[in-house]
Amino acid sequence: MLDDFMWRAALAGVFVGLAAAPLGCFVVWRRMAYFGDATAHAAILGVAMALMFNLSIFAGVLIVSLTMAACVTMLSGRGYAMDTLLGVMAHSALAVGLVAVSFISGIRVDLNAYLFGDILAVGKNDLWVIGGGTLLVLGLLFWRWSALLTATLSDELAHASGIQPRREQLALTLSLAVVVAVALKVVGALLIAALLIIPAATARPFCRTPEIMALVAAAIATLSVTSGLRAAYFFDTPTGPTIVSLAAGLFLLSTIITQGWQYLRQR
Amino acid sequence: MPHSMNRGTPLLRATQLSIQIGGQQILEDINLALHCEEIVTLIGPNGSGKSTLVKTLIGAIKPTAGSVAMDAKRRIGYVPQRLHLDPTLPMTVSRFMNLPRRHQRVDVQQALANAGVEALGNAAMSQLSGGQFQRVLLARALISKPDILILDEATQGLDHRGVADFYKKIEEVRQTYRCAVLMVSHDLHVVMRTADHVLCLNGRICCEGKPERVASSPDYQALFGDQTAQTLAVYQHREAAHAG
Repeated sequence: MLDDFMWRAALAGVFVGLAAAPLGCFVVWRRMAYFGDATAHAAILGVAMALMFNLSIFAGVLIVSLTMAACVTMLSGRGYAMDTLLGVMAHSALAVGLVAVSFISGIRVDLNAYLFGDILAVGKNDLWVIGGGTLLVLGLLFWRWSALLTATLSDELAHASGIQPRREQLALTLSLAVVVAVALKVVGALLIAALLIIPAATARPFCRTPEIMALVAAAIATLSVTSGLRAAYFFDTPTGPTIVSLAAGLFLLSTIITQGWQYLRQR
Repeated sequence: MPHSMNRGTPLLRATQLSIQIGGQQILEDINLALHCEEIVTLIGPNGSGKSTLVKTLIGAIKPTAGSVAMDAKRRIGYVPQRLHLDPTLPMTVSRFMNLPRRHQRVDVQQALANAGVEALGNAAMSQLSGGQFQRVLLARALISKPDILILDEATQGLDHRGVADFYKKIEEVRQTYRCAVLMVSHDLHVVMRTADHVLCLNGRICCEGKPERVASSPDYQALFGDQTAQTLAVYQHREAAHAG
């Protein structure tokens, strides 16, 4: 089964969706969308570093994304206007990364694959790395879930319950870097943030508790990935953007349904 | 007064606390002790460091100097000033009650009942009124059966009636749970009625003691000006009613 590239692609996509969706819920709840963008865009710089120092792409991306996430987390406590700062970092990381990749001569780099993903090229080794990363992120989120939720509600409430909000933030930062590293091959640096945010935003109107929202988001992400993969194969379109387009379609549908229902109820 | 007689070792003691934030001195030389079943109230103008002091007592801010001592076995229940719940985060009352630790259903129900919101277990947090929301915060603080209940201006945004009801609830809760209460308040005459001990804060403790003593102190009158006469009148009126 793993010898078939379509199966490998589908598995990789489902893994990434399963890790990204619950993490994406926290990104949405904590208003960290730009934070996700900055971390994901830094991945291109990671690719350049990996090629330069002959590291695996996964390791290069993980190191740079982690550094980026840590920098943003540290700066966030120091009174800068956060959205401006993140805007600066997100786009600078992308620009500097692209410049750095162009300096690497001798190797033909398929930049599109890193920007938009190349899910059909997922090999067996990639699949192990992606599966391992997914398990790591899900394990970390499961372990810290209650503490993370409490810290998301309020720093003081967390402190009063003996939880250190800074430490919980670190768990999120780490998870985000891992998700970026494993999702790069699947949807590419430019669209990773979409995979985090869109399923969570789609799930929100139908959920009463945070746990249900995480589960519904995971289901929506899985559905988007698998159907996006089929659609891309069928229509011969780029896979990453097709997956995200389908997720966006589901979001639109969810919004129309809930808005329409509210409208009908008010009449 | 029964509360002043049962002194002994305090549940919580802050010694010579001093707090600087960003090079600015917020609090200086704060000493306070909280004893069993005692209601201590912090009053003070805006920016006097009341919330900073509360955050230091619950461990959210590390003091620049001095210390907070509490028996490790003692539990704190904390009711924040307000809680901003992001609209993207779905949360029911019963889920909120079980954060961060899960509790038995009966315990959740009991805490909700003691806070006067027993019917709201299945409601979404976003649908609660201001008063109901504060009651649910109180219920969550009660569920771990605290020895110390700390409230940071928990009645902000409530109307007159809501404020009075909320404080009545606090009195009941203090008796049910036999816990000490430390609260920050703006509602001067409620403070004067319910507190055993009042601390008047303005960067440092400028006066403290029994409510009637604080209310008649010149420091307090300088800080609160025209409000005081009225408050004092209310207080003395009550005293007279009790005597008669």
